[in-house]
Amino acid sequence: MTGMQTAPIGPSDAVPRRDILTLVALTGAAIGVAGYAWPLIDFMNPSKDVLALASVEVPLEAISPGMGITVVWRGKPIFVRHRTDAEIQQARNTPLDQLSDPQDDRARVQPGHEQWIVVVGICTHLGCIPLGNKPSEMRGNLGGWFCPCHGSQFDTSGRIRVPPAPSNLPIPPYTFESDTKIRIG
Amino acid sequence: MTSGLAGWVDTRLPIVTLMRKEFGTFPVPKNFNYFWNFGAISMLLMVVMISTGVVLAMDYMPNAAEAFGSVQHIMRDVNYGWLVRYLHQNGASMFFIATYIHTFRGIYYGSYKSPRELLWILGVVTLLIMMSTAFMGYVLPWGQMSYWGATVITNMFAAIPFVGDAVVTWLWGGFGVDSPTLSRFYSLHYLLPFVLVAVVLLHITAIHKVGSNNPLGIDVRSPQDTLPFHPYYTIKDCFGLCVYLALFAVLVFFAPDLFGDPTNFIPANPLQTPADIQPEWYFLPFYAILRAVPNKLGGVALMFGAMAILLALPWLDTSPVRSARFRPIYRPLFFVWLASIVLLGAVGAHKPEGIWVILGRIGTIYYFGHLLVVMPILGRFERPLPLPDSISRPVITRNALPRGASVAEIRP
Ligand code: FES
Repeated sequence: MTGMQTAPIGPSDAVPRRDILTLVALTGAAIGVAGYAWPLIDFMNPSKDVLALASVEVPLEAISPGMGITVVWRGKPIFVRHRTDAEIQQARNTPLDQLSDPQDDRARVQPGHEQWIVVVGICTHLGCIPLGNKPSEMRGNLGGWFCPCHGSQFDTSGRIRVPPAPSNLPIPPYTFESDTKIRIG
Repeated sequence: MTSGLAGWVDTRLPIVTLMRKEFGTFPVPKNFNYFWNFGAISMLLMVVMISTGVVLAMDYMPNAAEAFGSVQHIMRDVNYGWLVRYLHQNGASMFFIATYIHTFRGIYYGSYKSPRELLWILGVVTLLIMMSTAFMGYVLPWGQMSYWGATVITNMFAAIPFVGDAVVTWLWGGFGVDSPTLSRFYSLHYLLPFVLVAVVLLHITAIHKVGSNNPLGIDVRSPQDTLPFHPYYTIKDCFGLCVYLALFAVLVFFAPDLFGDPTNFIPANPLQTPADIQPEWYFLPFYAILRAVPNKLGGVALMFGAMAILLALPWLDTSPVRSARFRPIYRPLFFVWLASIVLLGAVGAHKPEGIWVILGRIGTIYYFGHLLVVMPILGRFERPLPLPDSISRPVITRNALPRGASVAEIRP
């Protein structure tokens, strides 16, 4: 009753008091629900122990030119491949305008270590693991990698050359600890 | 009429109409006090328990080798794991507090009496489901208390004549509490809450058929006796919820282990029973009843009987008057009964020796005596106080009269 007596009545009361109260209450509730939901959602992000497994070391001595090995980093296959001089030349001599995801080979390897190409071995199309890391496997027309799922082909720099995959194989973060050892992650 | 998308849906699936009818314009007695908040509070706690439980299940490992470690993993490694787990652990206590208050409110104001018998029975069933779920949930962290709690409770079934031992072996899935027991408890702990949701929906369906009771315990006579559920009681429920959630937050953030038992920080060891073994606080009165009887089968039967007897409450109470406010003899005895339950809770928390044994027996005798003797007999000879004519009259007389005016002036 008192509410009715004190609230001004007339055109000045353009936004009724109840509308404001409803708006404030609903906003408060929305903030509360969002604040409650956030921990439940973030709960599903990688936990600290998963993040702690974030780096691996790979010795390179045993990999002769033309060979590649696959190591597991964060649950994903990483291709570490020792390129022959011919393979490096082939990657370097490809004009950028022939590429659907143009990127210079120099930007995909580390200076002074051009023979080593390190890529995440997951096809950028739908996630299969391409063949070709071992010389005995199919490598496709460009001598890099060939994806058995839908026929994508990657060159010796891991760049996409034959679709359907839309982009180059990504490069994981890695550093050379010495000439014969890298640390991924 | 609703327009737009909501209207399009509503003409095909009348969900908006239904919500409006049941939670909008639904007429509710206008004299509720704050005890009527605890139904909504319990429902919200149920949502909290299910939502936190679903994500906890993603990182919990239900086998004896990994269970304890996976809980520590949740507490230390998983993002907000400590928060979600403490919400779940303390949420159980907050859920029981709300539901117990809701239950005792129902008993005090006679909410179980005709025509609300089925509503009451469904309520007791939800309580039983909650208790089983809570018991199995307490086993999952696989600490010493979890393990020995599971051992003691499952062994109760050995008291069943003839088939007892076979039943216990069946429950365990082995010859002791072990991995198979843990994983089946986990499965049921995930299943039962959804059964609970179903029974709660029936509980709500029933209340929307028979209407809510009220502190006076008299029937609604005219539209003047009611208010639409929205906004009057949605707001009142929200206010109560805010206060209750604030208490919940204090518990979670400042005393998360208040209701926990330190023994449960020790991994389960099947070769050593902890020196002090007691259940969670919400089971203490039942535990006291179990130990009050110097006979295995008798104790177990009485403990389960203490819950089962509540199902018969609508027929044990013979008084035609619902609210204890108008029953001069029953009202103090209700509080004695409440005190006997609190006493049993205290007994359950102490070792069964000396005075505690006697107190446990006194409490047990009054608990059952009140329900089986006092209630049926008292209803027949107690003379209730005069009941008000309608819900609106005492509301007018108590709250809205100008100072100095007397009730007689507004009587026709
Ligand atoms: S997943 Fe590799 S081509 Fe489709």
